[in-house]
Amino acid sequence: MKLAIVDYGAGNIYSLEKALWHIGVETVVTSERRVLEGCSGIVLPGVAAFNDAALRIRDHDLSEVLRRQVKEGKLLLGICLGMQLFFEESEEGGCVPRTEGLGLLKGKVVRLPEGLKVPHMGWNTLEITKQGRALKGIGSGSFSYFVHSYYASAAETDCISATTDYGVQIPAVLEKDNVVGMQFHPEKSGETGMQILKNIKEMLK
Amino acid sequence: MLSKRIIPCLDVKDGRVVKGISFLGLVDAGDPVEMAGRYNREGADELVFLDITASSEGRKAMAEVVRRTAAEVFIPLTVGGGIAGLEDIDRLLHAGADKVSLNTAAVLEPALIGAAARKYGCQCIVAAVDAKRKADRNGWEVYIYGGKKPVGLDAVDWCKQVEQLGAGEILLTSIDCDGKKEGYDLELTAKVAESVGIPVIASGGAGTSADFYHVFQKGKADAALAASLFHYGKLEIRELKRYLQTSGIAVRL
Repeated sequence: MKLAIVDYGAGNIYSLEKALWHIGVETVVTSERRVLEGCSGIVLPGVAAFNDAALRIRDHDLSEVLRRQVKEGKLLLGICLGMQLFFEESEEGGCVPRTEGLGLLKGKVVRLPEGLKVPHMGWNTLEITKQGRALKGIGSGSFSYFVHSYYASAAETDCISATTDYGVQIPAVLEKDNVVGMQFHPEKSGETGMQILKNIKEMLK
Repeated sequence: MLSKRIIPCLDVKDGRVVKGISFLGLVDAGDPVEMAGRYNREGADELVFLDITASSEGRKAMAEVVRRTAAEVFIPLTVGGGIAGLEDIDRLLHAGADKVSLNTAAVLEPALIGAAARKYGCQCIVAAVDAKRKADRNGWEVYIYGGKKPVGLDAVDWCKQVEQLGAGEILLTSIDCDGKKEGYDLELTAKVAESVGIPVIASGGAGTSADFYHVFQKGKADAALAASLFHYGKLEIRELKRYLQTSGIAVRL
């Protein structure tokens, strides 16, 4: 059972690897199609900028690979920015034309509103809206660690398993079949985060 | 609701936690990994390791400490002290640190903040600012080299500048209050927190639970850091958080 962590070529994925090793999940960091296809699940990690990550995915022709793997039923986990890549587009980076996301979920990624401290950084509470598989054993009011400046707006509401309140309601966990996204960092969220990663491990089977 | 963060800081020298004792200087105070684990169990929201080693050998020991801590403790870990360039940042992030704090190097070479933020993301880059009230009482001045050398920069202006350069957070230490245990510099903290749009960690001066309450309430800090107070067991983190919660401050319990 091996989890592939998609390599955008930059960013800090070491904490994520360490957390996954801690619960006995083997990892490989890769941007190669064959390696991705050979793993039991794929993670889009939560570091780097949207455009850089989206371009990297395009340059390595990974969009199609990822969409096909999802279609075939493989678990795809997106953390923070990784989750934002599930959507159609993002305001981040301000490129024209805007860099496209994977389009696995409908909606777009927008900047947190004016007047709020950005990034939204620190421990915030989850409001569970739907008891999905990723949140088994996690109750409303559990804290998880967020660090982000953009969030998924106009998401398909029936995919939202949990939200968090930061002046705006931010989708915190999204689940659509074998696609799971988290706006927070489970690898940095103490016991709550480790429980969520264990739930993900269960889903790999 | 976003909670206010309580952040214990550990001074690390040659891979060991040290604490300063009057007339004795620095004494060994244990294994940083063990202490990090203890603070995590007590409810710390993040951890800061401040490397006070002077030698390059000792710096390698720091990376090893980070590696061991990150394998066991799954809350955010910031490492600061003596970081001079992208190579140092790279080494610490590779070892498992989540953020690095830049102080003297950021003042001497401001472009480093931008370069590091572009490479690793703003969320990785903490600008550590040591500030001391000016002799004419008109504002605060930035100091570098561990608070020894004034550089003629206004602290509030510098904080605005590090935000523009790409820092994701500011660790603001009052040199005047540090070590006195008479409370944080509320005026400085509030002034900076109101002038920037990124989170501010207040540091220097915590002596009682009430000091934390005031720095969140009047100082408008997003997080508060303390070292010796937690270190000497004068205040237990969970106890502090219970006090803050009853006082109406949102904390993670």
